[in-house]
Amino acid sequence: MATIHVDGRPFEVDERHNLLQACLSLGLDLPYFCWHPALGSVGACRQCAVIQYRDADDDRGSLVMACMTPAAEGTRIAVEAPEARDFRRGVIEWLMVNHPHDCPVCEEGGHCHLQDMTVMTGHARRHYRFTKRTHRNQYLGPFLGHEMNRCISCYRCVRFYRDHAGGEDLGVFGANDNLYFGRHREGVLESPFAGNLSEVCPTGVFTDRPPDGRYTRRWDLQFAPSVCHQCAVGCNISPGERYGELRRVENRYHGEINRYFLCDRGRYGYGYVNRADRPRLPEWREARGEAAMTLEVDAALDRGADRLRGARRVIGVGSPRASLESNHRLHELVGAEHFCLGVTRAAADGLATMARLQRQSGLPSPSLRDIESHDAVLVLGEDPLNSAARLGLALRQAVLGRREELAAARGVPAWNAQAVQTLAQDRRHPLFVAYPAATGLDGLAEATWRLAPADIARLGAAVAHALDPTAPAVEGLEEELAEAAATIASGLGAAERPLVVSGDALASTAVLEAAGSVARALARRAKPGGLSLIRAEANATGVALLGGRPLEWALDEIEAGRADALVVLENDLHARLPHARLDHALARLTSLVVLDHQRTATWARADLGLPAASFAEGDGTLVNLEGRAQRFFQVFEPSFLRPETRIRESWRWLHALQGAIRRRRPEDTRLDAETRDCARHHPALAAITEAAAPADHRVQGLRLARAPHRYSGRTALRAHLGVAEPRPPADPDSPFAFSMEGYAGRRWPRRDIAFAWAPGWNSPQAWNKFTDEVGGHLRAGDPGVRLLDPVPGAYAYAHAPVLLSPFVRRDGEWLLVVLPRLFGGEETSRRAPLIAERASAPVLALAPEDAEAMGLAEGATLELVTAAGRVRLPLSCRAGLARGLVGVPAGVAPGLATGQWGRLRPVTPRRTP
Amino acid sequence: MPETPSLPTLLATDGDGFVLDPEDLEAMRAERDHYEQPQAACIEALKIVQRRHGWVPDGAIPAVASALGLGVAEVEGVATFYSLIFRRPVGRHVILLCDSSSCFLCGFDALRAAVEERLAIGFGETTADGRFTLLPVCCLGACDGAPALMIDDDTFGPVAAGELDDLLEAYP
Amino acid sequence: MSAAVYHSRLRQSAEERRAETHPLTWRLREDGELVGLAEYLDKDGYGAVREALAGDPEAVIATMKTANVRGRGGAGFSAGTKWGLTLTGGDLPRGYLVCNADEMEPGTFKDRLLMEQLPHLLIEGMILAGFANRSRQGYVFLRGEYRRAARALGQAIDEAREAGWLGGDIGGSGFDFDIALHTGAGRYICGEETALINSLEGRRANPRAKPPFPGQSGAWGKPTVVNNVETLCNVPGVLRHGADWYQGLSGGLSEDGGTKLFGVSGRVARPGLWELPMGTPAAELLDRAGGLAGGRDLKAWLPGGASTGFLLPEHLALALDFDTIGRAGSRLGTGLMTVVPDDQPMPALLRNLETFFARESCGWCTPCREGLPWTVRLLEALERGEGEPGDLERLESLARDLGPGRTFCAHAPGAAMPLESALTHFREEFEAGIARPAPRPVGEEG
Ligand SMILES: Cc1cc2nc3c(=O)[nH]c(=O)nc-3n(C[C@H](O)[C@H](O)[C@H](O)COP(=O)(O)O)c2cc1C
Ligand code: SF4
Ligand code: FES
Repeated sequence: MATIHVDGRPFEVDERHNLLQACLSLGLDLPYFCWHPALGSVGACRQCAVIQYRDADDDRGSLVMACMTPAAEGTRIAVEAPEARDFRRGVIEWLMVNHPHDCPVCEEGGHCHLQDMTVMTGHARRHYRFTKRTHRNQYLGPFLGHEMNRCISCYRCVRFYRDHAGGEDLGVFGANDNLYFGRHREGVLESPFAGNLSEVCPTGVFTDRPPDGRYTRRWDLQFAPSVCHQCAVGCNISPGERYGELRRVENRYHGEINRYFLCDRGRYGYGYVNRADRPRLPEWREARGEAAMTLEVDAALDRGADRLRGARRVIGVGSPRASLESNHRLHELVGAEHFCLGVTRAAADGLATMARLQRQSGLPSPSLRDIESHDAVLVLGEDPLNSAARLGLALRQAVLGRREELAAARGVPAWNAQAVQTLAQDRRHPLFVAYPAATGLDGLAEATWRLAPADIARLGAAVAHALDPTAPAVEGLEEELAEAAATIASGLGAAERPLVVSGDALASTAVLEAAGSVARALARRAKPGGLSLIRAEANATGVALLGGRPLEWALDEIEAGRADALVVLENDLHARLPHARLDHALARLTSLVVLDHQRTATWARADLGLPAASFAEGDGTLVNLEGRAQRFFQVFEPSFLRPETRIRESWRWLHALQGAIRRRRPEDTRLDAETRDCARHHPALAAITEAAAPADHRVQGLRLARAPHRYSGRTALRAHLGVAEPRPPADPDSPFAFSMEGYAGRRWPRRDIAFAWAPGWNSPQAWNKFTDEVGGHLRAGDPGVRLLDPVPGAYAYAHAPVLLSPFVRRDGEWLLVVLPRLFGGEETSRRAPLIAERASAPVLALAPEDAEAMGLAEGATLELVTAAGRVRLPLSCRAGLARGLVGVPAGVAPGLATGQWGRLRPVTPRRTP
Repeated sequence: MPETPSLPTLLATDGDGFVLDPEDLEAMRAERDHYEQPQAACIEALKIVQRRHGWVPDGAIPAVASALGLGVAEVEGVATFYSLIFRRPVGRHVILLCDSSSCFLCGFDALRAAVEERLAIGFGETTADGRFTLLPVCCLGACDGAPALMIDDDTFGPVAAGELDDLLEAYP
Repeated sequence: MSAAVYHSRLRQSAEERRAETHPLTWRLREDGELVGLAEYLDKDGYGAVREALAGDPEAVIATMKTANVRGRGGAGFSAGTKWGLTLTGGDLPRGYLVCNADEMEPGTFKDRLLMEQLPHLLIEGMILAGFANRSRQGYVFLRGEYRRAARALGQAIDEAREAGWLGGDIGGSGFDFDIALHTGAGRYICGEETALINSLEGRRANPRAKPPFPGQSGAWGKPTVVNNVETLCNVPGVLRHGADWYQGLSGGLSEDGGTKLFGVSGRVARPGLWELPMGTPAAELLDRAGGLAGGRDLKAWLPGGASTGFLLPEHLALALDFDTIGRAGSRLGTGLMTVVPDDQPMPALLRNLETFFARESCGWCTPCREGLPWTVRLLEALERGEGEPGDLERLESLARDLGPGRTFCAHAPGAAMPLESALTHFREEFEAGIARPAPRPVGEEG
């Protein structure tokens, strides 16, 4: 710590910070543009000028940029000195010289950092009287609009896009005052993190393209603290609603997870919530194949209860994308013996293995923030940028972390972004990637291996053995793999904090066990490393902690006549199982009850369909891949604007259904009761009640506001329905009010923050007002509670991989690998129009050598046939794909699963030689 | 010579059907060897393209990027920064007219007017016959010969308006 | 009659240029042609290298510090001091020596002469500087328009390498050093040393923040020394004849030693270049240039390029050296004087100067990127007589806010210097550009 003097007052600050960081961390207002807490300082915009004095006797001082000046012990500065204020006002005025002043029609208006800073500096009158320069804009894809005339040339976009996120297709062109930030030519921005530009850009150059052209000012949105449901990383988000629709998803700061950035699947994947075809009323089908009729709630519950009461045996199918509370209530409804996890056997085995390894490999599961501080990374059988993109971005920072180390050795502070980059050049921490195909991280890697899953597992086991000779050796290891293992082992062994990343992308417990063995070997060398295990779905970690059987078991039971009723929770079984067998089994049921917020293929076969709340309409708890339980809160009450809807959280439906079956008097439940009940029944989940504040939490006696103070037009929201203005809906489940009434400030710290706003700070930069220091943690602590910490003990190495035989190519047969896809590979976001537009057309991938050998040309239509299903897709020759494998994109062919063998048949004529 | 780290193999790729001339590719490779990082050859690579085509066509940007293992936007950022890299077609000969202070003091305005009248183009324009492009340039370091200008590789100064016809004659 | 192909030349006779007094130019040929390796060797070429490489780098730095050769790129920072601050030795990587041959400062045409006619002197200076700084490689960053200099340097580098002055184990000293020629592609900002390094690395020529200074982290993060052509050309003489000799060269005219390539351009009778003692009075230089052309009187002069402040006729008595000119409120800069005759309207000249700076701004920092074009617009308005009340005050505040410490590099402060001084010395001329409302006939309603 260092003492600095700001405007004559002494403050304790972190001496590793620059003065801008220090001032903002103290809660002082100092305007800035080019600096960003995650991107460091470059001193370009000159907005953060202050006066620095040599010593106590110096009364003139000199102007310096706060962002480029270390907060060294004894530093004396004045933020309020007239010279500094005048200069800052001048800077804003220059920035506005060419700015179009189009705030009324600008999508950024109301959450614009440029507006905030203009007000903060007091620039209110324009003196420039000459013509402005203008630019043409570009089409940049479905997510972002582009309006270059609003640019203030702070260079943040390129610094985020290229330096931080590794994108290559956004640049700065031209020189002097004729600068252009855009693509080399029009087209879709390639980076999966491009959407962050809408928050990184301090003005309205890059803005979210309003869905369906319907746009709402930020102050007119209703928010809630939520958790992204589009993968298992569990990024915190603030979804914003107006007129019963989500209009925007903003990043919600979490000091251990996403901090300032989201991936584009999370930011733009919410569109399924707004789908017009969503079920909003219970639906009842008298007989299979008949059109469904809608029912009122009581009727639906009665009929459902009748059916289930009459069934011989009811199986409950849980869901890795539904909340713990909903899964738990289903678990209670059917009983543990009859609860199915809702995933295939391979997936369930993977989930169980991961949960075990997280506790019993000796290495903890790092948060994303932690990940960034590791200094060597092995990615074993995963493609993080596709299956957990935000984690992939953290891995990138880990590998680049070497920069800061090298800079520190030469006395260059970590915030001096360009100096740090210059000093490090391309020296990075080692990253090793073993995966069947190329991954987006390969460009950063010291070495990559493209291997079949079995060989990836053998490689991992060999690494463990190389690190610790007591780990079982891999028999018959090829020389090439032995060398690879030695390279990886020496890289991990030399590191202070090695990290192993694996997951269920390849649906191989052998791969997972191998990753666990490497972790164990590292733990035995007393390395403070980490083991990060990726699950594909938002609550896969959580549902696995409840325990349950796999889907195949449920099918077996039905087929054997041991079960005749199925309650399916938020799960499209048709996206997981081969349709033939599934439909055959479903046909044997006497009752199929489906709860979902999407009209899935499974919903279409239900006898009774109950309209479930999406994450935006309900509350619940998810457990992310790190093992952190996090609560998401209802954003809006759907019946407020559509009184006819009967959407309820699944846990609420199931609770009511349970009551109806037992013929109890209908009584409602509360989220807190459900959470408590879940915690009580499952020791592994005992801590989840701590994940967020309970419903009776009040700040200074107030509820928490879901909408900003300036929320407007509330009285008119329902004007089309009637002149009477009803009270805002009550919320029995959370401390939040469905209105702007309530606490939204920052004076009394709280963990659950619906939206960030502070006086004078309307943009996402306001998050800096809620953290203990910029880029740090929320002042009240980061939300959530960790459940899966290592349990001390001596754990034996897994032997499974040792027994594995190497992958052997087959003649005429191909080993399937289902390749995760960020856009289009996930069940719900796939249904969002923006994601559908962004997703690339699905293809079957073959190694070019294999395609060549078969005489197949790029683009030829191929049919892939396995015992479990078939799919017809164009061929894509994928350089680097391991030979003998065929890659199938996730989300196109249920039933096709990694590990199956298939035959390929060209549907179009072969290429003539 | 600094040791050069391992590099992606130099590839001539095709952007808009643009293909790097093998000789040019060879020249870029040679250039690259002068530096610690291949990016340092970027400006020279663009100049190599420009020597062959007179300017840097759009398709050359991805081609140079892949030849040096750089991002396309990075190369375009460099190409558009420097004033002597032309991202639009130019005439067969480029006239660089010094507009800096000493020349300004010694008759730049008159010389500019004469050139513009003689060629019927202004700064940034190319004659209809594609023969000349006229551009301003920073001080040519020929201030004791002001007003000065360059045509292609040759510097002239002082240039009197009356001498223009003869001067331009030499550049068909 | 066809216009003359431009050739750089020195306006001093061979008799005047003696080895003892004109270390930079005594070897130049009367015919202005290139001095090749053989001729250079005949004229004591590479003698300093032979001597210095037998000793150790510290000794070279020590001599340079004592001689106090001040940087000829414009800032006048002592080369010896700069070298002394460069990180070398230990387990540090060997860095780079970069010769700044970007010469683009309006009114400056000195480095061109040295490179076109005497490239071996520069190469010798670079070898010595490289040795002192334990550099592994030298680069000459040459502006793209200097085609003749490029040919001369290319040829000289080849000759030197062939003769063993460059490459491995130079002169049996065990020191390895080579030089590569890097030609630029335009943009004045490339002359700023950190922008130059970015440009050398193939990037956009935005300057870098200091600290860290290039001597700590320069090209590719390695310790890097950047020196001007003329600075480096001074090194062989200093090492051959010693710091005292160098100090004596200025003959008591200045506290600084050595000679300087001075020049005059603008509206003078005989514009040109001279090697004269540091501290030569400006009046003498103007005399050598034959005074003003066409019988005009002197209105103002820029002592060393567009980024220096205007001085007046009364300042002609001043000694041309860094400190004296600095004390007069301007900068010596490159030491090549630009002469403004009394018939030149200042708003137009300022418009020309500021247009140059606005166009050549790299676009990185706000004051420079946005403030300079605004300055130009205001000057244009004043030049046309369309100025408005308050414009002068705005220009003054722009000049202040473009000053040192307020912008990212010294480019904008360079633009502010002539502006500020012109507004001070010639205020009425600018005021005259402010449009006055036409006097209203008596009796008419407003
Ligand atoms: C905008 C700008 C342009 C410059 N241009 C040149 C130049 O063309 N040549 C040069 O030697 N120095 C130039 N300099 C000065 C260099 O930054 C640097 O100080 C110099 O090369 C150091 O060499 P010296 O110490 O030998 O003078 C320029 C500085 C600025 C701010
Ligand atoms: S460079 Fe800019 S934002 Fe940036 S903070 Fe500093 S001057 Fe400051
Ligand atoms: S000012 Fe024109 S050549 Fe120098």
